[in-house]
Amino acid sequence: MSVLLWSGVAALGGAGAVLRFLVDARVRARVPGAFPAGILVVNVSASLALGLVSGLALSHDAALLLGTAFVGAYSTFSTWMLDVSGAARDRLLAVAAGNLVGSMVLGLAAAAAGRAIGLALA
Amino acid sequence: MTDPDAPTSPAPATPRHHVLAAVALGGALGTLARAGLAEAQGHDPSTWPWGTLVANLVGTFLLGWWTVRLTHVPDLDPRFRPFLTTGICGGLTTFSTLQLELVRQVDDGRWALAAGYGAVTLVGGLLTAVAGHRAARARRRSGTSAT
Repeated sequence: MSVLLWSGVAALGGAGAVLRFLVDARVRARVPGAFPAGILVVNVSASLALGLVSGLALSHDAALLLGTAFVGAYSTFSTWMLDVSGAARDRLLAVAAGNLVGSMVLGLAAAAAGRAIGLALA
Repeated sequence: MTDPDAPTSPAPATPRHHVLAAVALGGALGTLARAGLAEAQGHDPSTWPWGTLVANLVGTFLLGWWTVRLTHVPDLDPRFRPFLTTGICGGLTTFSTLQLELVRQVDDGRWALAAGYGAVTLVGGLLTAVAGHRAARARRRSGTSAT
């Protein structure tokens, strides 16, 4: 519970948020349309990375910095929920349902695969 | 009504690194709050992940609220919106931890916990997104200008 550790949590959390902003913008520029592909790419890649970090069984501090702070801040739940509810409000029901179900299926598969890879490497 | 003495070129866009700095600062603050909740919660897959749930629902309500409230603020500093939304709300909430917690609950054979936690998170998340949006619209109709 040191000041240095929590400074690292703040710095890596900020870096994760910036990476999400950049990846989302890059993907949205390439995949136009109503479906928020940028956040899907961010969240599925984050789930793969977090599964990997958890499978590697790192020390408490390393897992807090890399997993909770960096990967956790890179992924987002709030934007996903706003995207789904906003699409439903705009009567884009296929987009809303596809985003909700597709993100869950791909997110769970990515987290499970990442964890399996991490456990095999550890 | 145009001012003939006004410069013809539009105001310069906010430099990109100013927006990135706002996202980083907000992300750092949101992450500190979420990491504090995660440390209090612990990593036991047999217990209900209330820390992640609280962070996700609070962050989703705030994003719904600010998305509406910030739309009609004149002369808003262009760094303010990315600081609050992409930064604080994005840093406070997490999709990847939710997925990993569900995978670990299933690995642990706790299907009922995983189903309950997943359902409460998704239904609660959609309800708080709508609630934040509606509360902000009601506030706007009542005429108060504070964000």
